[in-house]
Amino acid sequence: MSEDIKKFMYLNRRAPYGTIYAWESLEVVLIGAAFDQDVSLAFLDDGVYQLVKGQDTAGVDMKNFSPTYQALGDYDVTKLYVEKESLEERGLTLADLMPLTYEDEDDDWAEKDSIRVVSRAEMADIMEEQDVMFSF
Amino acid sequence: MAIEINGKTFETDEEGYLTNLSDWEPGVAEAMAKEDDLELTDEHWEIINFLREYYEEYQIAPAVRVLTKAVGKKLGKEKGNSKYLYALFPYGPGKQACRFAGLPKPTGCI
Repeated sequence: MSEDIKKFMYLNRRAPYGTIYAWESLEVVLIGAAFDQDVSLAFLDDGVYQLVKGQDTAGVDMKNFSPTYQALGDYDVTKLYVEKESLEERGLTLADLMPLTYEDEDDDWAEKDSIRVVSRAEMADIMEEQDVMFSF
Repeated sequence: MAIEINGKTFETDEEGYLTNLSDWEPGVAEAMAKEDDLELTDEHWEIINFLREYYEEYQIAPAVRVLTKAVGKKLGKEKGNSKYLYALFPYGPGKQACRFAGLPKPTGCI
C-alpha cells in the first residue's frame, strides 16, 4: 500500500481570527488525517500568528481554537513548517510560538518538537516535493 | 430535536448531539443511554469523563482511533483497544460516547 501514500501539504497564510480559514484548515487536517497520508502543514505570512502562544479571543467573540493544535500529534500530524522570514517580518521568534510536540512511535515514544522553522528557500524545496497542496 | 429531563429541555441537533455543550449534566448522558437501551456503569463514566477532559484540553472531540490511543495511555492498555470500547459503546465509542458526553460529533470520524 505504501505506493498509495501521497504527500499532502496544508498552506496557512492568514491570521487565526477574523476569517474562518485557519479553523477550517485545522478541521480539514484532522479529518484528512484519517486517510494515512504523509501530511505536513506550512505557516507563512500572517499564518504564523495561528501558532502564537497565549491567544485570547474574549474580545472578538470567536472560539479560541489554539489548544486544538496540541492535538495534532495524537492525529499523527507531526510536521509543522514555519517560515523564518515570515516570523522575522512580524517581530516574532520560535519562543513566541506554542510548544507543540509529538511522541515518536519509532523511537520509544520520545517526545519531539513538531514545529520546524525553515527559511523561505527551504520552504520552496519542501513545497516542490509535495503531491497535493491545499491553500487556506 | 430535544431531550426532556424532569421538565427541563435540552436541545439537540438532527443526529442527537447536544446543541450547547454548556447545557450538559450527567442526567443528559443517562437519558441518552436509556434511549439506546444502555445502562451506564462506572466503566462507561470513566470514558465519558475522559472525553469531557479531552475536550476541555483540546477543544475537539477526538476521532475514534485517537480516543483509543489516548485511553490506552491514560487508563491502561487493557482499556485502550477497540474491543473494550465497542463493548461499552456498541454504536461506536467515538460517536456514541461523545454524544453521551455532550460533545459535538468527533472531528475526523468518517
